[in-house]
Amino acid sequence: MNRRMGTRLAWAVLAGAAADLAGLGLIAAAAWLITRAAQQPSLAALSVAIVATRAFATGKGVFRYAERLTGHDVALRAQAGTRERLYEALVPPQRPRHGGADLLSRMVDDTEAVQDLLVRALLPAAAALLTGLAAVVIGLFVLPVTALVLVAGLVVAGVLLPAATAAAARRWSARIAPARAALAARVADLVHGSADLAAYGAGERALSGALAADESLAALERRQSRVHAAALAVGTLAQGLTVAAIVLLAQGAGAGSVATAVLALTALVSFEPVLPLAAAGERMAGITAAIRRLREVRAAAPAVTEPAAPAPVPSAPLTVEVEGLVVRHPGAARPALDGVSLRLTPGRRVAIVGPSGAGKSTLLAALMRLVEPESGSVRVNGADLRDLSGDDVRTLMTGLTQDPYIFRTTLRDNLRLAGPDADDERLTAAVREARLGPWVERTGWDAELGEDGRTVSGGQLQRLALARALLYDPPVLLLDEPAEALDEETADRLMADLLDVIRERTTVLVTHRLKGLESVDEVVVLDEGRVVQRGRHDELVAVPGYYRDLWESEALTRR
Amino acid sequence: MRAERSVRRHLTVTMVAAVLAGLLVLAQAELLAGVLSGRFTAAALGALAAVVGVRALLAWTQGVFAGRTATGVKSALRHRLLARLGELGPSRLTGHRSGELVTLTGRGLDGLDAYLTGYLPSIAVAAVVPVAVLVRLFAADLGSAVIVLITLPLIPVFGALVGMTTKAVTERQFHALSRLGGHFLDVVRGLPTLRAFGRARYQATVIRQVADAHRSATMRTLRVAFLSSLVLELCASLSLALVAVPIGLRLLGGSLDLTTALLVLLLAPEAYLPLRAMGTRFHASMEGVAAADAAFAVLDDAAGDPPGATRPYAGHGAPEIRLENVTVRYPGRDEAALENVTLTIAPGERVALVGESGGGKSTLLHLVLGFLRPSEGRVLVDGADLTELDLDSWRAALAYVPQRPHLFTTSVADNIRLGAPGATLEEVRRAAAAAHADFVDGLPEGFDTVVGERGANLSAGQRQRVALARGFCRPGATALLLDEPTARLDGRSEAAVVAATAELARGRTAVIVAHRPAMIDLADRIVRVHEGRVVSDTTRDRPARPGGDDHREPQGVASLPEGSAR
Repeated sequence: MNRRMGTRLAWAVLAGAAADLAGLGLIAAAAWLITRAAQQPSLAALSVAIVATRAFATGKGVFRYAERLTGHDVALRAQAGTRERLYEALVPPQRPRHGGADLLSRMVDDTEAVQDLLVRALLPAAAALLTGLAAVVIGLFVLPVTALVLVAGLVVAGVLLPAATAAAARRWSARIAPARAALAARVADLVHGSADLAAYGAGERALSGALAADESLAALERRQSRVHAAALAVGTLAQGLTVAAIVLLAQGAGAGSVATAVLALTALVSFEPVLPLAAAGERMAGITAAIRRLREVRAAAPAVTEPAAPAPVPSAPLTVEVEGLVVRHPGAARPALDGVSLRLTPGRRVAIVGPSGAGKSTLLAALMRLVEPESGSVRVNGADLRDLSGDDVRTLMTGLTQDPYIFRTTLRDNLRLAGPDADDERLTAAVREARLGPWVERTGWDAELGEDGRTVSGGQLQRLALARALLYDPPVLLLDEPAEALDEETADRLMADLLDVIRERTTVLVTHRLKGLESVDEVVVLDEGRVVQRGRHDELVAVPGYYRDLWESEALTRR
Repeated sequence: MRAERSVRRHLTVTMVAAVLAGLLVLAQAELLAGVLSGRFTAAALGALAAVVGVRALLAWTQGVFAGRTATGVKSALRHRLLARLGELGPSRLTGHRSGELVTLTGRGLDGLDAYLTGYLPSIAVAAVVPVAVLVRLFAADLGSAVIVLITLPLIPVFGALVGMTTKAVTERQFHALSRLGGHFLDVVRGLPTLRAFGRARYQATVIRQVADAHRSATMRTLRVAFLSSLVLELCASLSLALVAVPIGLRLLGGSLDLTTALLVLLLAPEAYLPLRAMGTRFHASMEGVAAADAAFAVLDDAAGDPPGATRPYAGHGAPEIRLENVTVRYPGRDEAALENVTLTIAPGERVALVGESGGGKSTLLHLVLGFLRPSEGRVLVDGADLTELDLDSWRAALAYVPQRPHLFTTSVADNIRLGAPGATLEEVRRAAAAAHADFVDGLPEGFDTVVGERGANLSAGQRQRVALARGFCRPGATALLLDEPTARLDGRSEAAVVAATAELARGRTAVIVAHRPAMIDLADRIVRVHEGRVVSDTTRDRPARPGGDDHREPQGVASLPEGSAR
């Protein structure tokens, strides 16, 4: 947090404190005015109090407005800063995390916790502290012993109570979270599995399971609400009893009606900013958990180590040599790649096939320097990838990655991210090469593509991703399962187009469809991270083995 | 119903406690004013402490019963929503709406908390307490009471005025805000793609620009939105000054006693407080209102079938399935999903439904399953109209594998015995073996392995075979309905599923929605569905295949039903 941010924060705190202090001043001045007036002094003696009452009344509203604006401004800036730092932490390749898309949404939600922390906890707490201090100072001047009582009351309501609610909320959310997750899973089963349940007459059983999960969650929530109820009660007691004690002490000390009234009413009002802190304490459990999660994300080591002084980028034409590459995902017993070697000379096209989990995508990730090899090496024109910066590697070898993403922006911008300087001519050419021309004509370059590319069908999405790859035109083109999740006919058309397009390019193609692989220079069969077969299509079909089995079963499915 | 009655009782207790606590503030002010002015002795402080104690007790009661109300209402709504899911049936639960429903039933309803525990009690307090304060003020001091009476309505009036004038502006800006707010999530989700094209770092500056734009737009909105709270705050605090200063002057003149003056000073803010609290809570509870609206929209949705008939299906052996001039229209769509389809599937016949996706194949399966009722025409099984049959008894005769079978977060064995809860482990094993689900033995805990959420720890092919095993685990099933069982499978998994399907179809009437040739190969008859119509119907000459054992004489093209233009 920089200095300007600190200044803004200070202004927000001051505005909040000023509003609360004006409230305190308003009641103190009014109490003084009334009790003093009852002693029937001259009007001149009251004029200051009259002016003060009016000024505090106006000030309270204006300062409150200023506090809300400055507070939200600071909070939004803090949130923007948090998001930026989170994003920068996510830019280097990450080790895979569990949770996928849900995890990302939660991370983004978590950045809002910072806003909550400021607006709902820190700023009100600071303002309450200043107000409490002011009331205590008034007490000290008028009758010190009452100040002690006030401090005790404010500490109970403003420190002990929020600390207790925060601790209780932490304990309860640890118990409620699993119950909530259990209910969500049951409901998801009912919704997503409704066809299975109806067809197999199991709907009633699943429904009663969900209702039982709801009942146990409700029981926990009912018990949790007692924490909130107890906090309300304790706050009320602390305020009321403090005021009563102060009046008792003041009267016992013979402080006089003016002093007693001022002491009692300032004490009463000084609790107003303090009492909401108990509710803020309840929120703190969620806020601190969110902040801890964000800190863990930021502290996580990136998947690859960048060289201190990156070697110069090799220039095309490129020869890529993979030697004895071993890659192990964190926590996995078996390496994802176990001694894979591969040589890619300029213009050579290699297809990688094998069952899912064989390590095909991991090989591409290693080529893009998204994972750190355990041993072995990848060299480009003799330079080890470890000595190059990751960003440079990805200018050399990239393309259509797993799960390509469509951004919520125009078709043109979605394509242009792979070629920010590309003119319309090059965009059109890439689209034509990806056989996406008619669709683009129909949709229009400036059409907004929907959330998660909802307006884009699976085939169009893959073709759009292919167009991006072609526009970027890397020296080595990587294509990961381009026909994944497409129906038969679309997949056949796309693969045929694709094999045509890569005719002149150095390409690594990961696929689970063998049709058309007659035209590539080498087929590498991976299984459990090892190369089990390699050669040209016709050679592999001629010998018994995985490839021929796969080819035959695919031929069978094709009639 | 009993649950809902108890919810009403809890809500009443909550509101009564809140109102009583509000009224006790009057007693508290009375006592405090008396003690401070010297009218009451210090002994009255005991009474004051007692009042505070009762207020604390009421606050506790309010908190506890508000919690009970909230959980009660949420449970009741959840029960009704979940029951409604069952009534809507699978064919109406498709698409992105299902995700929304899951969220609504879970976290969405939590938005009601603020409404039930905060806003509703605050309405009761705002309705009673200001009136009580005014009455007391009128009794104590007419002048002050009139000032409060005049200024009090300013709060709702100004609130409404400012709200109305700023409504259009804020709505426009909030629309822009929600777009900007979504940007960050969008970029984070697309980060792997950005990284692949070297644009990840550049986006950091874009994020900063968007955040700045987001902030200035938000601040513009808030500057206006907070105006209303400025007005309210000023109203309340200036009124206090308006009351206090004349009282002071009248005390000076001797026309008012100190006790009354102090009482007025203590009571006047309490007249405004409930109204402002209600305003704040109203804003906080908007999310809950939206959730409730969404829930009631689902509950009130008229789309539902009339109650099912009770005549049990009493078929023996493979059934005959007949569609007579069936048309299906989905609400909100112009084109019919199926149009005037007539189709007779003989007992034991194996029919492959082919055609482009969206052509109506799955709709046809859903009709036979009774998930849908035809808008026109009839679906008959063994000559009995499906609308007159008890659907549960008819479905008990079916083995169904949907396009994406759902696996439940329970053991593999329980997933397989979904339609036969009494099946022994031995029967489950046999079903799994028949479905070529031999991979189960290789799982960490075999048949006791708990399947991850939506089958996360199984591959698509494995999930498909568990679903087929469900069918095998129902030996009594006489008809087989499959929806693209081999889509998304690699060659080896596909071969296993095809072999298992062939097994399962033996001796049963089978309707198989198929894309892949191997699956189509299993059928005796191929029905092509396009744009809701049957466009061709071919009974096949079955080619000799390795392992294929049944041959039939070619029967040529069956008579084309009406509407087969192509």
